Amino acid sequence: MTQLTGLLPELEIVRKDFPILERTFDGDLPLVYLDSANTSQKPQIVIDAMVDHLERHNANIARAMHHLGAEATEAFENGRDTTARFIGAPDRDEVIFTKNASEALNLVANTLAWARPSTGSGTDLSIGEGDEVVITELEHHSNIVPWQLLTERKGAKLRWFGLTDDGQLDLSNIDELINERTKVVSLAWVSNMLGTILPIAAIARRAHQVGAVVVVDASQAAPQLPIDLAAMPVEERPDFLAFTGHKTVGPTGIGVLWGRRELLEQLPPFLGGGEMIATVRMEASTYAGIPHKFEAGTPPIAEAVGLGAALEYLAHIGLDAIHAHEQAITGYALRGLQTVKGLKVLGPLDPALRGGAISFELDGVHPHDVAQVLDSRGIAVRAGHHCAKPAHARFGVQASTRMSSYLYTTPGEIDALIEGLEYTRSYFKLD
Amino acid sequence: MSQDLDALYQEIILDHYKNPHGKGLRDAFEAEVHHVNPTCGDEITLRVHVDGGTVADVSYDALGCSISQASASVLYDLVVGKPVDEAMVIQEEFLQLMQGKGTVEPDEEVLEDGIAFAGVAKFPARVKCALLSWMAWKDATARALKEED
Ligand SMILES: Cc1ncc(COP(=O)(O)O)c(C=O)c1O
Repeated sequence: MTQLTGLLPELEIVRKDFPILERTFDGDLPLVYLDSANTSQKPQIVIDAMVDHLERHNANIARAMHHLGAEATEAFENGRDTTARFIGAPDRDEVIFTKNASEALNLVANTLAWARPSTGSGTDLSIGEGDEVVITELEHHSNIVPWQLLTERKGAKLRWFGLTDDGQLDLSNIDELINERTKVVSLAWVSNMLGTILPIAAIARRAHQVGAVVVVDASQAAPQLPIDLAAMPVEERPDFLAFTGHKTVGPTGIGVLWGRRELLEQLPPFLGGGEMIATVRMEASTYAGIPHKFEAGTPPIAEAVGLGAALEYLAHIGLDAIHAHEQAITGYALRGLQTVKGLKVLGPLDPALRGGAISFELDGVHPHDVAQVLDSRGIAVRAGHHCAKPAHARFGVQASTRMSSYLYTTPGEIDALIEGLEYTRSYFKLD
Repeated sequence: MSQDLDALYQEIILDHYKNPHGKGLRDAFEAEVHHVNPTCGDEITLRVHVDGGTVADVSYDALGCSISQASASVLYDLVVGKPVDEAMVIQEEFLQLMQGKGTVEPDEEVLEDGIAFAGVAKFPARVKCALLSWMAWKDATARALKEED
């Protein structure tokens, strides 16, 4: 196997942790899973933690006065503690469980839409006519549509950072774009299409100068970059950070919103229901403190247990090591892809500037057809707009093929991809 | 799995993809529609010209994979010049073939080159690609007929 510096030293052992990587098709065709930016595979320890919870500890939480209820509550809250440690949250109660990253982002956008002008000393979170919300052109639809809905409802204006030709954020107009009227700046940390790592610290610094709230969509960052919120200088620390469990080797059905306590306390509730209240009378209710105020109804309990196991697993391997592995594989893939005739990578070509998702075009073959031919060889990639239509439009393409690696990806799998692409070219009879 | 691949990418489909028939938007039309496949972003703008109960022209501009492009080309061959009623029957037949999960035996008399899409019906993710232009055509034709009366 090709030796690259930076690969996880125990890659073969790591791979054994993921049972699905043993899958074959048609008897002997091994799975080459290069769609981890879409969803990551799950290690046995996550599967076992969830099964064990369901087999031995299942009960509803907080409201059951029996042994199992206490165990389930503890398991669920342990998931929160692990999550808080994983992102270096200054306070574990600032971690809210949602359904996914999309719901986390919608929670922020909706509660901001409902926030009343502040009367006291806190930040004025209300948004009205003349106010501005700033996003970027490379966002996932989940970090575009909620802000469109918010600004449409409130008569505010949605603005965005453009992109340079090499897929970086165009910062040339940052001081004009983020100005006294800006109330919210929301951006991805790592792009799911171009792979670009965004300069969130510099942008947060500017946004905080004008008193804007900073929301970071860390859906693609949390799986592969070390995150330590508490260690960030306050001016550079986001006010909200969202990610989704299924991309960090955890289960689907659970997402995370971290928010600064003061803001979470000030914002109105999102969904109403059980668990989020202090007391309910027919006339009116009072609400629980954070995090429960934002967790109406029975939460994803087994999923929180699974997520806890997942984040512990990643932390055990070490995010620095995972990041180094991703960079090594991404660099290797970028070099390989560029040897394929007619192939154009969208986004930065320097692995140090990007995450592990690489979108590309293959001249003469539509992305669906590329993905279909690769699938016939057991290679799983994504084709389409990857929920980032505006970013595709920026580069004048309607769709692309995307390969995305993770901690279990081997150089051999990248070789298989490159061979598969050569085969695709010959299948479609390109010279 | 490459046998499946050959069943999907029949020679006829690849030929239509490389040399699509009737492509480009033309001026005579009563209705124009724009359809997209939201999951993958494939798009088609399609115009229908109906003259005295006959499909006089179908012109289109499309972005998408080989399956969706080839299917628009086959659609053009099959419906242009036919009475609208007859063309609707062909559309229905194609729809049934595509929704048949590979169990429907296509009738070459009716579907001509369209029988090449029988293999596509076994790939659920690609059925929508094959149907994009046909659904757009049905929609545009219904509108064109409304225009007429
Ligand atoms: C950057 C980014 N933001 C948000 C999301 C949405 O995640 P989810 O679908 O789990 O809500 C994704 C993943 O699809 C993503 O890549």
